[in-house]
Amino acid sequence: MNDSNGNNQPMLEVHDLHVKVADSGILNGIDFLVNAGEVHAIMGPNGSGKSTLANVLAGRPEYEITQGEVVYRGNDLLAMEPEERARQGVFLAFQYPVELPGVRAWQFLKAAVDALREHNGEEELSAREFDRMLREKIQMVEIDPDLARRTVNEGFSGGEKKRNEILQMAMLEPKLAVLDETDSGLDIDALRIVADGVNKLRSDSNAIVLVTHYQRMLNYITPDFVHVLMDGRIVRSGGPALAHELEEKGYDWIRESVEASQ
Amino acid sequence: MTTSTIRYPRYHEDFQALAAIRPGPSWLVDLRAAAWDRFNELGLPTARRGNERWKYTNLRPLAAIAFESPQATDSTGGLDAGTVRSLAPWDEAWTNLVFVDGKFSEALSTIAPAQNGTVCSDLASALNGNSGPVRDGLAQLASFDDDAFAALNTAFINDGASIQVPDNAVTASPVNLVFVSTAGPQPQVTHPRTLVQVGRNARLTLVESYVDLTGGSNFTNAVLEMAVGQGSHVDHFRLLMDTPDGFHVGTSRVLQGQDSSVTSSSFTTGAAMARNDFLVTLDAPGASCDLRGLYATTGSQHIDNLINIDHAKPHTTSRLFYKGILSGKSRAVFGGTVTVRRDAQKADSRQTDKNLVLSHEAEVDSKPSLLIYADDVQCGHGATAGHIDQDTLFYMQSRGLDRATATKMLIQAFAAEIVDTVGVEQVHGFLETVFAGSIPAESVVFGGRP
Ligand SMILES: Nc1ncnc2c1ncn2[C@@H]1O[C@H](COP(=O)(O)OP(=O)(O)OP(=O)(O)O)[C@@H](O)[C@H]1O
Ligand SMILES: [Mg+2]
Repeated sequence: MNDSNGNNQPMLEVHDLHVKVADSGILNGIDFLVNAGEVHAIMGPNGSGKSTLANVLAGRPEYEITQGEVVYRGNDLLAMEPEERARQGVFLAFQYPVELPGVRAWQFLKAAVDALREHNGEEELSAREFDRMLREKIQMVEIDPDLARRTVNEGFSGGEKKRNEILQMAMLEPKLAVLDETDSGLDIDALRIVADGVNKLRSDSNAIVLVTHYQRMLNYITPDFVHVLMDGRIVRSGGPALAHELEEKGYDWIRESVEASQ
Repeated sequence: MTTSTIRYPRYHEDFQALAAIRPGPSWLVDLRAAAWDRFNELGLPTARRGNERWKYTNLRPLAAIAFESPQATDSTGGLDAGTVRSLAPWDEAWTNLVFVDGKFSEALSTIAPAQNGTVCSDLASALNGNSGPVRDGLAQLASFDDDAFAALNTAFINDGASIQVPDNAVTASPVNLVFVSTAGPQPQVTHPRTLVQVGRNARLTLVESYVDLTGGSNFTNAVLEMAVGQGSHVDHFRLLMDTPDGFHVGTSRVLQGQDSSVTSSSFTTGAAMARNDFLVTLDAPGASCDLRGLYATTGSQHIDNLINIDHAKPHTTSRLFYKGILSGKSRAVFGGTVTVRRDAQKADSRQTDKNLVLSHEAEVDSKPSLLIYADDVQCGHGATAGHIDQDTLFYMQSRGLDRATATKMLIQAFAAEIVDTVGVEQVHGFLETVFAGSIPAESVVFGGRP
């Protein structure tokens, strides 16, 4: 089953996923399927559960999974520790990237890349090789090279934090990248740069899940599917046109039609 | 001389033995006797009630042990040179004075050629030769009137280091003092004494390391007295690498002259009970000190830093920045007062203590304080205790780092803020390795909110 391209099996299968936080249900039965090579956009109003879904995929500990399963490239994703998921190619770009007091950005990246390489049975990169790789990716995401010498996310502007997430993604080359509102708070140039970064990662052998509020991101990264999340459920799925429709009509339109059909 | 009852027979016996074997010049006999009497009157400060200086540190375990003075051994104590060099920062080009169980070891020491008239000697030889500067300097700064540990050390003055830097002398390479404790049949006590006298417009780098190799309950009761003359600069490092059952009381007294500056960094690991009692007196205008420290405790260790700065004169500046890393069931105390005397106008002082608490059961009492009698001053102080939170750990894990690696990285980053201020390369390199290894991963409770 485990074919090396991962092409024969889905990248990600989410079945009937129910998640609770502090005794209240946040996700109430999520189903969706992501194949290699696909880009999925997840949209939905504030508080509908988008970040919860993204964080559950990455393995954030405080969520209680009460029902359902998540299969990643044929394996039970929910059984893995967060670092194991990362090493197997799952990447979450955080909606709110975390500051790591005193830890230099390059040092953190080196440790992350080394952990991944060790998992893949590869040798640790030499300082020089790492440096070359870092410089190349820094150019790609067009961030100030000084950021790599600074403390991770400390004093970074909102846009710099988001670009730094993309830099990490570019360094780790994940198979499944989940981007949680990476487009929020970006100026127009940064948005294009981030989108370019994502498009460069895009290939037949990996997949991308984009959580976004805005059509403008989807102008750069055309999704194969758009899902609308409301009250912890996917209430509608469609093609790129659905995002345009949402932009025009807002969420009430969907809410009404969902309520009507119930 | 009083004839009160002898409260500590074990110490008394050894005190008498020392007086018999190494009486020294008559002023020393008198000094020791006066100190012994005072110690016997004061007793160890085990009472904690109304005892501000020892409020958070229990000395009963220390008082309960009848430590004995080490038996005379050969001067290497069975240690070879290679081992000693790995225990502390070291460079062959430095003047390295090694003390084994309190006693100077000529065989293990390396004395660099004298630099500009600087005199570095073991204290026992200096006392033997009845050195004038030593006679004039000893017990001038470390008052034992109200301090049982200073009194006890003074009663046992015998060996340690004596360093005199003459006016205008720049000692480019550090003076390195390494005090090593080894195992004896019983828990042992040593009382190393260091006297540093720096003239005018001189420079000195001084490294003191205290290492215990036993794993047992030795007690080191060290005293440093350092007078820094006008316009001089001293870079001082004090490293303690004790064992989990060891006891250490370090009393350091620094007196600074006009326009002198002292930077002093203290690094403390291990010890059932370690006390770092540091007092700097800024005794003339333009004097400034910069005190930094890093302490790491784990298991049931206890570290107590009492750092006092006395702004005695106007236009004096002090900076104090200590950081602690606590895990297991350990405890740290950070106390100390910055005093600004009435005529010390334009004093400028900042005190900060930051702690990283890595388990639920570890605890820190951080109580820096200010006593200000002048009105035109700039003073500030603050203390914090933080932990590694779930969000931070999860972020790092989501990039493929396991919890142990992530935690280690955060601890190192926390320590680096102090370690990276160390400008002496050999000391810096040594600290990086020691502190990285001083926190066992299993003592950390993840995501713990203390
Ligand atoms: N750790 C938590 N503790 C308590 N409530 C939580 C927690 N995490 C999420 N929630 C709640 O779950 C709901 C969904 O939150 P989530 O962050 O997933 O929404 P979102 O769709 O990403 O919203 P936004 O568009 O504002 O980012 C919200 O009501 C939120 O308050
Ligand atoms: Mg969100």
